[in-house]
Amino acid sequence: MKFEINGIEMETEADPSMRLIDFLRGNLHLTGTKEGCGKGECGACTVILNGKIVASCLVLLGQIEGGSVTTIEGLTKEGKLTDVQEAFIEEGAVQCGFCTPGLIVATEALLREKPNPSEKEIKRAIEGNLCRCTGYAKIIDAIIKASAKRRSIT
Amino acid sequence: MVGSTMPRKDAMDKVTGKSMYVSDFYLPDMLFVKVLRSPYPYAKIISIDTEPAKSIKGVRGVFTAKDCPGKNRIPIVMDDLRFLAEDYVRFHGEPVALVAGETEESAEQGVRAIKVTYKQLQGVFDPLEAMKPDAPKIYGTDNIFKHWQVRKGDVDKAMREADLVIENEYRTPHQEHAYLEPQGMLAVPTEGGGIQIIGSMQCPFYVREGVSWVLGIPLANVRVVQATTGGGFGGKEDCPSIVAAQAALVAFLTGRPTRIIYTREEDILSMSKRHAAIVKSQYAFKKDGTLIGARVKYYLDAGAYSTLSPVVAWRGTVHSVGPYKCPNVEVDTWAVATNNVPSGAFRGFGSPQVLFAAECQMDEAAYRLGLDPFEIRRRNILRDGDETPTGQRLKAEVGLEACVNHVIEASHWYEKRSKPKCGTKRRGIGCSTVFYGVSLGAGGKHLDRAGAFVQVMYDGSAVFGVGTTEMGQGMQTVLSQIVAEELGLPYENIRPIPTDTHIVPDSGPTVASRTTVMSGQALINAIKPIKEELQRVAGEILECNPNLVTIKHGIATRPDGKGVEVREVLKRCLAERSHLASSGWAVASDTSWDINTGRGDAYITYAFAANVVEVEVDIETGEIDVLNVWASHDVGKAINPQLVEGQIEGGVVQGLGYALMEKVVIEQGIMKNNNLSTYLIPTAVDAPNIEPIIVEKPSNAGPYGAKGFGEQPLMGIAPAVANAIFDAIGMRFYELPITPEKVFAAIKKGGINI
Repeated sequence: MKFEINGIEMETEADPSMRLIDFLRGNLHLTGTKEGCGKGECGACTVILNGKIVASCLVLLGQIEGGSVTTIEGLTKEGKLTDVQEAFIEEGAVQCGFCTPGLIVATEALLREKPNPSEKEIKRAIEGNLCRCTGYAKIIDAIIKASAKRRSIT
Repeated sequence: MVGSTMPRKDAMDKVTGKSMYVSDFYLPDMLFVKVLRSPYPYAKIISIDTEPAKSIKGVRGVFTAKDCPGKNRIPIVMDDLRFLAEDYVRFHGEPVALVAGETEESAEQGVRAIKVTYKQLQGVFDPLEAMKPDAPKIYGTDNIFKHWQVRKGDVDKAMREADLVIENEYRTPHQEHAYLEPQGMLAVPTEGGGIQIIGSMQCPFYVREGVSWVLGIPLANVRVVQATTGGGFGGKEDCPSIVAAQAALVAFLTGRPTRIIYTREEDILSMSKRHAAIVKSQYAFKKDGTLIGARVKYYLDAGAYSTLSPVVAWRGTVHSVGPYKCPNVEVDTWAVATNNVPSGAFRGFGSPQVLFAAECQMDEAAYRLGLDPFEIRRRNILRDGDETPTGQRLKAEVGLEACVNHVIEASHWYEKRSKPKCGTKRRGIGCSTVFYGVSLGAGGKHLDRAGAFVQVMYDGSAVFGVGTTEMGQGMQTVLSQIVAEELGLPYENIRPIPTDTHIVPDSGPTVASRTTVMSGQALINAIKPIKEELQRVAGEILECNPNLVTIKHGIATRPDGKGVEVREVLKRCLAERSHLASSGWAVASDTSWDINTGRGDAYITYAFAANVVEVEVDIETGEIDVLNVWASHDVGKAINPQLVEGQIEGGVVQGLGYALMEKVVIEQGIMKNNNLSTYLIPTAVDAPNIEPIIVEKPSNAGPYGAKGFGEQPLMGIAPAVANAIFDAIGMRFYELPITPEKVFAAIKKGGINI
């Protein structure tokens, strides 16, 4: 099987019926992708597959053949934080942090598709990412801030 | 530094996915553990046949209670919780056996191969049923784990002399913590017959004791290090001791590193919950709204083992009448054994249930007496010098009235209350006022102390360690700010280390909103001798009296403004062989409780809050949309305002879940909704606009006047929602959660004019 993960082309003989999350975490040690429920209900394992967000606990390795996957580790370039990551820190959108990678990946996918989302669109876009600590307020603030910053640059 | 928003110490690692939670540790040669759990709420174990499991490929061991080298108990308060079931199972999900496998799959296959023969028994699932004389006996002769009482004044007389008596029965459900990171532990055998534990937890010293008991080895042979922890809310107070002992037993008996990560389903099934409760309240008022008497009967469904219930019931007892003056009080609280999952600690710790009742009682009294809900509260709330319902005279530290004033102004309360209700979508506004006894108080006095160590390096950086834990609330950040402030070094130079039982002595649990207060004070005490040494050496360089040297932002300065960089001072310290490391200890001020009268100085200080919730009820569907929440909190001193806001916003949304949607469904002891698609928690779409308001009325119990308050944001939300619904549609709901189905049924029955 051939596919691309975080911009690196790879070939593997791993079992195609293996869950993508297990391949990422167990085989590649990309442990930033978290498992909170194993049933696609919490969003902690969110990754981008061919431009769309998916729950990596529900995707089998065979399904990514020829595709491209981006995880939280693939967002930072040369150690530089993305504007989304910066906004999460500045706005205080991080508490326990277990939902954070999934939320940042989901936000990245949202802003790539819709650079100027309304608050309602933001809420809809992250509805599948549960957070039990923050009450979402500062997460939404951070996403608004990141989208404004990104638009001002581009 | 103290009082300003600084970026979280752990934020960089968390936003890049580099933080190491326990499930991120993959050790070579690591075994995996799975647990066989009881399918029945109450049964006698006739036999356990582990042989078929042992022959499964990849299985490396099967363990039952008999294999336990130490005590088969998890220590907590009354020590009745079995580590693995012996002759009986008493709740659905109780651990019966452990299987170690080379992979999670082989361990799981092993679990399925074990043959257990049970004889099912008739259980009891409701606390009122369990208190009846003919109920099956789950504990002792009466199923009562603990009874607390308060007797103050003459409540019968107050009821006779009252102009209005409000009497109601309230019911609240089991609530699941739903921390995003499931429970997990890694146990590694160490040289000399010891075990090192790395994992997700709130209370490393509880974990250490649990492992020591089960393995039968000294406390000094167990080292517990906290991994980055993905939320707790009380659910990682006592339960991680069970999880750690499961991994530790396998590691100890096989000699291999062993990891256990719970699935979401087994986590919800077997770990503690917020107690389901029944509260019977009878309040006596004078015509002007003065509360003259309160009688409260509080029944907690403790589940099959007592775990933390005795102390949860105590906190509930102290908070049961709310933040009001009340001369005549009679409270009885019972923690009752049933065959449901054991309940334990959850943000608020026995107080949200009684405060739901208390705040709905006040609202109903206001309505019946023709008073504004805040007006009736103004006539009764605690102020400086007042006595709490359990007889504690408060010092000049009560910020409740300020909270009330702020929240009224911010919410435009009077304007919104006076709006007429019409149409199919009706808006309403409701309030609550609450208080929170900070730290463990008289109920946990012997544990109320904390340690810390600090080491300053010659380059001006410093590390510190404490015995309490970071679970997301921001402890490392707040304490780093305190260390930076006290040492006069830049915040960036301060580095917290993971909490480790071999480095800092037993500091009690990370619960009861006690961390800033207790660990903060321990750090200040640790820093004192270091600071004195820096001042002495700076005094030498600056040729001035050391007592007159101030150190701030990395510069030591004498009164006339002449200064020297701390780096230079530290170089001199190095040459002079100064000791720039120290440990500190803090002991909470004294508290007291008379078990007969239920009176005393229960807590070292109190935090206070006032909430306003605005809802819109669709009277055609029963749907409740929460539009706005204003929450003002007297926190004493906000060491980091952004973190305070984060606690308020998070607690509010957890409280909205409790009010409107969350309920663990247990039918005849069988749990029905133990996953996140059937046990629903609020999503971003459910989150309303929240305005956090910080009030600072300092207390001398904590550093810089700080009080603990992390639990308080959840506590008053459910009654404020219920009261807002009453304002919107004129109907009262006495049972949580207030679902659209319940509202719709009530509207249909009650017939609202559209």
